[in-house]
Amino acid sequence: MSESITIRKLKEKFADSIIEVSDRLEQDAVVLAKSALVEAAAFLKQDPDLDYCYLMDLTAVDYLKRRPRFELVCLFYSIRHNHRVRLKVPLAGDPPKAPTLCGLWKSANWYEREVYDMFGIEFEGHPDLRRILMYDEFKGYPLRKDYPFDKRQPIVGQSE
Amino acid sequence: MTSQTVANELETKSMLLNVGPAHPAMHGVIRIVTELDGEMVRTCDVEIGYLHRGFEKECEVGTYTQCFPYTDRLNYVSPLINNFAFAAGVERLMGLEIPPRCQSIRVIMSEVSRICDHLTCVGASAMELGAFSVFLYMIKAREWLWELVESVTGARLTISYARVGGVKGDLPDEFLVSCRETLAKTNEVLDEVDALLNRNRIFYDRMKDTGVMSSETAIDYGITGPFLRSTGVGFDVRRAEPYDGYDQYDFEVPVGTVGDNYDRYLVRMEEMRQSISIVEQAIDKMPSGPTNVDLDGNPISPELMADLGKFGSTKGLLKNEALLEPTLEGSGQKAHAGIYADSTQAWLPPKEQVYSNIEALMNHFKIIMNGHGLRPPKGEVYVPHEGANGELGFYIVSDGSDNPYRVRCHPPCLPIMGALHELLVGDQVADIIPTFGSVNMIAGELDR
Repeated sequence: MSESITIRKLKEKFADSIIEVSDRLEQDAVVLAKSALVEAAAFLKQDPDLDYCYLMDLTAVDYLKRRPRFELVCLFYSIRHNHRVRLKVPLAGDPPKAPTLCGLWKSANWYEREVYDMFGIEFEGHPDLRRILMYDEFKGYPLRKDYPFDKRQPIVGQSE
Repeated sequence: MTSQTVANELETKSMLLNVGPAHPAMHGVIRIVTELDGEMVRTCDVEIGYLHRGFEKECEVGTYTQCFPYTDRLNYVSPLINNFAFAAGVERLMGLEIPPRCQSIRVIMSEVSRICDHLTCVGASAMELGAFSVFLYMIKAREWLWELVESVTGARLTISYARVGGVKGDLPDEFLVSCRETLAKTNEVLDEVDALLNRNRIFYDRMKDTGVMSSETAIDYGITGPFLRSTGVGFDVRRAEPYDGYDQYDFEVPVGTVGDNYDRYLVRMEEMRQSISIVEQAIDKMPSGPTNVDLDGNPISPELMADLGKFGSTKGLLKNEALLEPTLEGSGQKAHAGIYADSTQAWLPPKEQVYSNIEALMNHFKIIMNGHGLRPPKGEVYVPHEGANGELGFYIVSDGSDNPYRVRCHPPCLPIMGALHELLVGDQVADIIPTFGSVNMIAGELDR
């Protein structure tokens, strides 16, 4: 299968930052260095041949034994061209930090809050980085692989 | 004194008002903290998470098959759609093709669920505006549809009907007839509601031009589904990326013009009609399941088929599954021919066979037992389906074991709730109710 226009254009523009490209199961996925994420996302949104108007989803995966440990996954969709692409960004550090996409899509706001809540990934430049599903007093990040799934935390004392 | 000077001299304070989490007009547990300037909503903060039960974490602990009951509880008004979307994700990972009869069953059950979902949403939001009879009519229609669902799956809500590679069981006898009748009755209810609401002064005034959103803002917030279509963008996953053979059906994608509450109501009403039409088409061209046919393709009785075999006319008969007498078949359950993918990786044998022969027993063991189970190859996939509220996607990462490494559900409600403040700010307090009703928040999938 010939490579899609998305992959070709990204390869042209971000040759130095691309770590891996895959089209398994007919789904385009690009692993990218963190430094190029915002620029690549803006390129996907603004280039008329790509026109990814949607940030459909933003999530993360905790590969406990891999280094770097976390991977941020952004899913984009274009209504005009009806194509999808996944950008994946490995994140190192503790706590892991990633640049925010809030400047490009408003949908990033809640998605990033959820990723922060569940994985403890901090988004630099996010306007309102609070927990979203869990309560403020909750300790730890539930979707990390080293958080035991049967651990219980009673709600004790509200702050203030 | 002019009104301006009065305003300058009077000390005015904004008021903080909590709407929810247990307000009668909140369709689920969600809290909206509003700051009011008189009757006007000045700012608002939407707080979610009251129904968080760790769906994604639980999925990582169980096997792929054990995820299905959790998916029932995502969008609990149309659980079948979640079931099928998750199954489709795993099937894509494993490279399984599902047979046409199973695809038809999935389409029928998805569309019936979509109608249930829209009936609930429209009915409940009409009730909150005083149209109580509409609520009763619509819930009555939903009851008929749920009885239909019950006859197929054995449950009304926690159905767990899908399996990786197929569905739990075939449609019951007479289902197609009763389905047609029920849909005809539902159509009458829709006509009745049209007559009651469309030009109703109170309903129209409260829905028109409240909760307006432009298509650009909706896309910016990642909103899909009926909400997006009400703003005039005709994006529908069933049309854009057809699955389960949706490209074979003839249906329209209704769109609105201004994206207010009234448009969202009209879009939902029209979508129900389109869904009814899709189900009718699916019934018309439903591929048949296991039946006994002679060499020319005409249905024959089991006795005649056995006689033909004795005379040596066996050519071609091997492809046909014999329908056994109930006594020979155990509990009388049909084999799963036609509703399961043709692969022993996923095919769950009927119980009668499990208890009577070793091959089926081993097959059953390999799929069900801990440490064996379904093992999709390493990889990841994102599969979008058109849920009742918009794009419902499952992003599944497999590490090659029988537990999913990561399951991410993209719930259509989350982006909608992320944009809720845009709809409410600037409107009156009273507009919170129709706006919140028309976006159809489902806490189960919002909080997971």
